[in-house]
Amino acid sequence: MMAFDSVADFLQMGTHGGFVWSTYGLVLLILTGLILNTLQGRRKVIRQLKKRYLRESNS
Amino acid sequence: MSWIWFHKLGSPKWFYQWSSKWATAVFLIGLLATLIGVGWGLGFAPTDYQQGETYRIIYLHVPAAVLAESCYFSLGVAGFVYLVWQMKMAPIFIKSMAPIGAAMAAIALLSGAIWGKPTWGTWWVWDARLTSVLVLFILYMGIIALQNTLEDVTLANQAAAIVSVLGLINLPIIKYSVNWWNTLHQPASFSLTKKPTMPMDMWLPLLIAVIGFYCLVAGLAMWRMQSEILLRERRTQWVKEKVMNDGV
Repeated sequence: MMAFDSVADFLQMGTHGGFVWSTYGLVLLILTGLILNTLQGRRKVIRQLKKRYLRESNS
Repeated sequence: MSWIWFHKLGSPKWFYQWSSKWATAVFLIGLLATLIGVGWGLGFAPTDYQQGETYRIIYLHVPAAVLAESCYFSLGVAGFVYLVWQMKMAPIFIKSMAPIGAAMAAIALLSGAIWGKPTWGTWWVWDARLTSVLVLFILYMGIIALQNTLEDVTLANQAAAIVSVLGLINLPIIKYSVNWWNTLHQPASFSLTKKPTMPMDMWLPLLIAVIGFYCLVAGLAMWRMQSEILLRERRTQWVKEKVMNDGV
């Protein structure tokens, strides 16, 4: 059972909806940033190394 | 008692292959558990009789705070391992884990501030708990800065390991700050020795969210360590083959 009677109640979160939802938004932003940074870092390393190995084998 | 696991764990190649099997699964389990725990807490856990709905911030605040401390503890252990045995994997672990810990500490501080405003009437107070967690965040940033600015890799490894070990002193201060000093912050939500003060349909989603955060962090840490291993072991044949054959 949902703890709220309606979607409006859920969004309002009692009296402090702005505080609750801004926390959730902020955390979503930070975690997404961390995940993207991790995956991009991986791609970047592989790209760099590939370039490096190709340069070495050509010289 | 065999010490083979210790030697295996010290081998970047072995760790790379082992973590390749687990990283994605652990990360996805973490994502699922986090969504279940946090979603349950946000929409289905009962309303708090004192704080109303505002207490639902706890489902992000506590997992992040627990992980900020656990990650730091693991950094301290890795720092010790590096200083004593010069194990290659230890600085790779420290470098990969520090940004994750910093993100967790940032979430704990920010969610705490937003929670503090409606419940305490202030975003921030310079009390023991809040200040010691701010120090934790600064320690993480210091370790990241050392790793990124020192060009000599050995020096960077050593400096980061030393700070990691020294910073351990901050952990008991964080833990006991709510008991030793007067503070606005409430005492721990979970304890190994006492029954939770919350009803089960409040603490069970919180526990699931904490486990979810642990798995998320473990998955991310494995991925970051793999990148760092490729970079540091770039002169070895196995890394070259992996990168050139897209076997990564």
